[in-house]
Formats: sequence, C-alpha cells, structure tokens
Amino acid sequence: MSSGVFTEEQEELRRTVRTFLERTSPESAVRRLMESAEGYDPAVWKQMGEQLGLQGIHVPEEYGGSGFSFVELCLVLEEMGAHLFSGPFFASAVLATEALLGSTDEEAKKELLPGIAGGETIATLAYANDAGHPDGAVEAVSTPSGYTLSGARHFVLDGALADLILVVACADAGPSLFAVEKGAAGLTTAPLSTMDLTRKQADLVFDGTPARLIGSEGDADDGLVQVLRLACVALVNESVGGARAVLAQATTYAKERIQFGRPIGSFQAIKHKCADMLVAVEGARSAAYHAAEVAATGDSSLAVTASLAKSFVGEAYLSVAAENIQVHGGIGFTWEHPAHLYFKRAKASSLLFGDPLHHREILAARFGL
Amino acid sequence: MSPEELTAAIDALLRNHPPATTDPQDFLGARFDAGLAWVWVDRADGGSNAAPALQALVEQRLTAAGAPQPGAYNPIGIGMCGPTLLAHGTPEQRAKYLRPLFTGAEVWSQLFSEPSAGSDVAGLATRARRDGDGWVLDGQKVWTSFAHLARRGLLLARTDPDVPKHNGITAFLVDLHAPGVDVRPLRQMTGAAEFNEVFFDGVRVSDADRIGDVGAGWRVGTTTLMNERVSLGGALATRAEPGSDILDGYRHAVSRGEGNPVRRDQAVRLWIEANVNHLTAIRAAAGGNRGKPGPEGSVLKLTSAEYNRRAAEFQVDLLGMSGSLVPDYEMRRPTLPYGSGGVPAPTTWYLRTRANTIEGGTSEVLRNILGERVLGLPGDVRVDKGVAWKDVPR
Repeated sequence: MSSGVFTEEQEELRRTVRTFLERTSPESAVRRLMESAEGYDPAVWKQMGEQLGLQGIHVPEEYGGSGFSFVELCLVLEEMGAHLFSGPFFASAVLATEALLGSTDEEAKKELLPGIAGGETIATLAYANDAGHPDGAVEAVSTPSGYTLSGARHFVLDGALADLILVVACADAGPSLFAVEKGAAGLTTAPLSTMDLTRKQADLVFDGTPARLIGSEGDADDGLVQVLRLACVALVNESVGGARAVLAQATTYAKERIQFGRPIGSFQAIKHKCADMLVAVEGARSAAYHAAEVAATGDSSLAVTASLAKSFVGEAYLSVAAENIQVHGGIGFTWEHPAHLYFKRAKASSLLFGDPLHHREILAARFGL
Repeated sequence: MSPEELTAAIDALLRNHPPATTDPQDFLGARFDAGLAWVWVDRADGGSNAAPALQALVEQRLTAAGAPQPGAYNPIGIGMCGPTLLAHGTPEQRAKYLRPLFTGAEVWSQLFSEPSAGSDVAGLATRARRDGDGWVLDGQKVWTSFAHLARRGLLLARTDPDVPKHNGITAFLVDLHAPGVDVRPLRQMTGAAEFNEVFFDGVRVSDADRIGDVGAGWRVGTTTLMNERVSLGGALATRAEPGSDILDGYRHAVSRGEGNPVRRDQAVRLWIEANVNHLTAIRAAAGGNRGKPGPEGSVLKLTSAEYNRRAAEFQVDLLGMSGSLVPDYEMRRPTLPYGSGGVPAPTTWYLRTRANTIEGGTSEVLRNILGERVLGLPGDVRVDKGVAWKDVPR
C-alpha cells in the first residue's frame, strides 16, 4: 500500500479473507457465538490457522508466522469488522502478538509465538486497571522459585478463554511483562457482561499466581505504550470494515423500503444522511489506511497518527452505526436486525484503548497546547 | 513516455529555462512545448502520452524548483476549461486555444450559472440562435470569476427550448472582447467583487467555436463541473502542514491568557479534520483519477467547504471582540497571478467562507450527487422530467 491505496496482491488477500468469512462468519454464526460463553468457533479458528494462517499474518516466518506487514493484518481486521467476526483474533493476533514481538526476549518469542501464529495457543494481554487505563494494580514479587503476581486486571479481551495471558505487572524495577498460563494457581477469571456480545471480556484476579518474566524487569513501560498504539491502528481498521458494512446496509434498505409510494432513499432527508455516512466512511478509510502504513514502516509519527485515527474513526464508526439504525426506522431497533450488533461494536470500540476525547488530549499535549 | 524519460524532460526544461530568470509566461510556454503540461495527453496538446499518475511527479519537481504555477495565471482555464477542451475540443480548437490557455496569455472564464439557474444549471436561459454559419448569443451569466481579466469563456447556451432542458443545451467558446459583451463587477458580502455578471447582447460566435455537438452541451458542462470540484476540493492535498494554522491560532490565544479546554479540544478536532481531508485528497490522487475525476472530488469538495467554514469561525472566535472588526469593505477585484493579494484578515476570510458551501455546487447538491451517483440511491420526484424547457415553470 502507498498513499492509502492497496496493491493488487493485497486486494487478492482481501478477497480470500472475505470469501472465508462469508462462509464461516455469517450473521447466524455471529448470533450463535455471541450467545455462547466462549464466543468463538474452535473449528473455524482451526481452519483459519491451518488454511489461511491468519493468526500469524504479522508474525515473522522465523517465529512460525507468514511474515506479512502490519498493513495485511489491518486488512484482515477490516474484513473481520465487516462480518463482526467473533473470536479471540484481536486478543491473540494483535494484542498478545504485538506485545511479544515488541519484547527483547528471543527465547520467549521462539517458544510462544509459533503456537499463537498457528492458532493452537489463544493468547491475550492484561494491562488495564478498573478504569480501563494501563496502570499499577498488579504486583510482581520475585521468589526463589520464580515470580508470583498479585492484584487484578480488568476488561481483558477473551480473558476467560485465553490459554496464555500476558500480564503487565509492577516488579521492583517497574512495569514488566509476564506470562501466566490458563488455570495457574491463584488465578480467578470472571467473565463480564459486555454490551458488545461479539467481543468477550473478563476480569482476572491474581493471588500469588506463578508467572514467567518476559524480557527484563522494568522494560514494559514504553513497550506497552507502543503496543497500545498499534492496537489503536488495528482497531480503527477493524472499525472501517464495520462502517463500510453499515453504510451498505443503510443504502440497500433506502433503495428497497417504500413509504409514501417511493423508495425512502429518494427523499433528501434520507439521501443526505446516506451521503454524510459515505463522507464519514471515506474519511475513516483515509485515516485508518494511513495509520496502517505508518505502523508498518515503524515511523516515529505513529504516536500522532494512531491518536488521530482513533479519535476520528471512533466517532465516524459510531455515527454511521447510529444513522444506520435511524435509516432503518423501527426494524433497526429490533433484536432480530443486525444494526444493533454493529452499533454495540462501534460504541465498545470507541471506548476501547481510550475514547476519542482521550486521544485528542494526547494530541493536545503533544502539540503543547 | 517512461518515468525516466519524463524526469529527463523535466531536467532539460529546468536547465534550459531556469525558473528564477525566465519570464513566467515563457516558462509555461516551454513547459507546454516539452509535453509537461498534461502528461497523459498527446504531444500536440501539451502532453507526453505518459501515465496520468506521473503528473504528480511533474508537479512535485517543478514546485520544488520554484517554477511558476499555471493555475496562478489562469485559475479557471487550468482548473476547468483546459480539461474540458482536452476532453471535448476538436483538434483545431485544441491547437488554437490550449497553449495560450496554459501560459496564461489568454485568461479563461466559465459561464454556466445564471440568475435563474443556480443549482439547476441545466435550466439556463441564455439563448444561442442560428444565424447563417454562426450563432448569436443573448442573455446573462453570473458568478463569473476573472471575467474582467479574461479573453475567453466557456459558455453553455440554450439552443433548443422545445426539448427537455438537458437536451437543448450547446457549449461554446466565446471571445469576451467581442462586441455586445458587457462585464460588470458583482459585489459580495465581503465587500470585494471576486465575481462578475456578464451580459450578452447579440454577440456573434462562429460555429467553429462550438464545442461538442449541438444539444450535447450538458455532457461538456458535466466534465467542467467535475473538474471544478476536484480543483476546489483538491487544493487541500498540496497543503504542507494541514491544520497548523489552527494550532498556531490557539497557541496565540493561550499566550494572551485566553486558553480554554473547550477551545483546545475544538482546535485538535479541526486539526484532525484538516488532516483527514488531506489524506483523502492524497488517496484520491493516488487512486489514479487524474484526468478522469471521480466521486472523490465531490466528497472532498463537501468536506473541505464545511471544514473551511468551521475553521474560519474558530479563528474569529479566538480573537474575541477583535473578531468583530474588518480591515475594510473596499470593492476589490482579483488580480493575476492569483494569490498575490496576500492572506485575508480572519474576519474577512470568515465572511468569505460562507460561499464555500455554495460555489461549485452547494453542499446539498453534492449530497445528492454522492447519494445518487456513488451510492446509487433513486432520484427525487421531478416535475421537469421529460417536459420541454419552455414549458417548465420559472
């Protein structure tokens, strides 16, 4: 991709992923999985790893992945967002993967990444306090038999499902990254009742839970900031997929729905709403694709670009998801119609990793305002 | 022509005609003759038969070398009339008009809007009647930029009132110095007169200056209007640091002790918006739609107009009571090269931006275009459809 335009190879990959998701993640599957505790289909997850290698798309080949750039990861997420794909992809292939890739611990990478890349290991990252911010709340103590963690982590994506939990905890030298295995001693997981049923969260409590240090003590501070920036870029690309999907739904409905003897899309009140949705989607694409490019090149402007995109796309997706309900009228407010699923995904995504105002605060501070 | 050959041609142009010491018109003439005006067209038309995307390379190199911008010397000619001539002109018309258009030797105007035909341009009433082997024009045009400086105009006229409006229009190239043409300034709410009213009273036009077929003028005009939107919307793509003026404005307010968390957030919001528009412009240009404007032009025109309005209001609000002052309401008329008049005062600019959402297609018309042409939504119920122009109420 350059200047926000994808290459032919990338478009080919997009078509492949889209075809896979059309088959494996239709609305009926999304609804079935969102009602389940795990929120994913192990058979589809396995296929995704074995046939397409999507879980390892941004993992270098030396660690068992397919070695694509961050742009391809974002492109996959865009298609997943369009289909409301339900599963631990974001937790495992974005958060945990990027946290490991960003660490200096070669041994841990060689040991842990191949399983994640192949889909055999479902991993996640636990970093947030009870306000959703990356902050204290878990303490790491060094004992003769290794480290133990005590404290709580909140809003952990797929935290109840994950086989491997990467935890940011405070050791003597400062914030450090640890790995905890599912079912470890003293680990309690409590699934949360989420507004967006298609993305599961859990609270985790650690009570003297044995953990393995990844990298060295005190090096998770900058690392986490970088991982969260990448997470913002990944999430806005997922959101673009959802935004495009709701624009298509609204437009299709505006052409078909007849009231007062005319398709409602012939009324300017509806037509102009749809046009404004298109404008929002095009702006969101520009911001998200640019952020993906910047993330892929490792440019230092990522801090600004990620916050720009997270603020703009967060608002854009929520506004088009809301307008989609409005264009549909009564049917758009029903449980049976998919409009609310996208609306909930949009709102929850806008709050995840810092809401739009939070990211504008980051920008204002960077600009010295 | 390959990128390498194009680069060589640019090098030769800059070597043989150093911009610093060459008269701007001579430089632009040499650029045209070197095939670097519009790279994707034939040599005779000022091109090199190169890929349209390579135009960006030419613009970047020449801008970096400080070369004169053709658009500054003939804004409407370069932005709208040139592309229309390239798309619809005969070889004779292109040979006669394109080079002086590109160098600015002949400034161009676009004459579409009329007092009774604004958003509904196709309802225009200026008549062109057959007279021997030529035509005679009678009527009035309005909102005509640079007509007071222009030698040529691209004009749409009604040639057949007995058919539905779109089918009875023909496009002409008119000499604005011809007898019977009267150009008068049109004063706007800023006090200035950027635009003109142009009156036609029995003005003779040769049939050789008809562009496109008789009755096919609407198709010609559509090309022009699409280019207008790209030209108005696309100006953002070339901006160096989008939104930096907003941040500077807020910093000044802070230095006067007038920082405020609401305005601070407004500043960042506007900065984000400016950058998103900029990225969309870059994406649209990279999409290869140079020379073939697509719907992105309408998206950009809409977003940049709305942005300009809010950004200008923000700057005025930052000034407090000083924002209620204007330098003057003198009736200034534009001069060429364009942009040489300096930067307008914030309040003057604020008043000017009220036109941004009207000129070149109102935001409402643009939303119709996006809704119908891009999203494929059905058209509104129309009372003038299939009705002869002369029978439509006006």
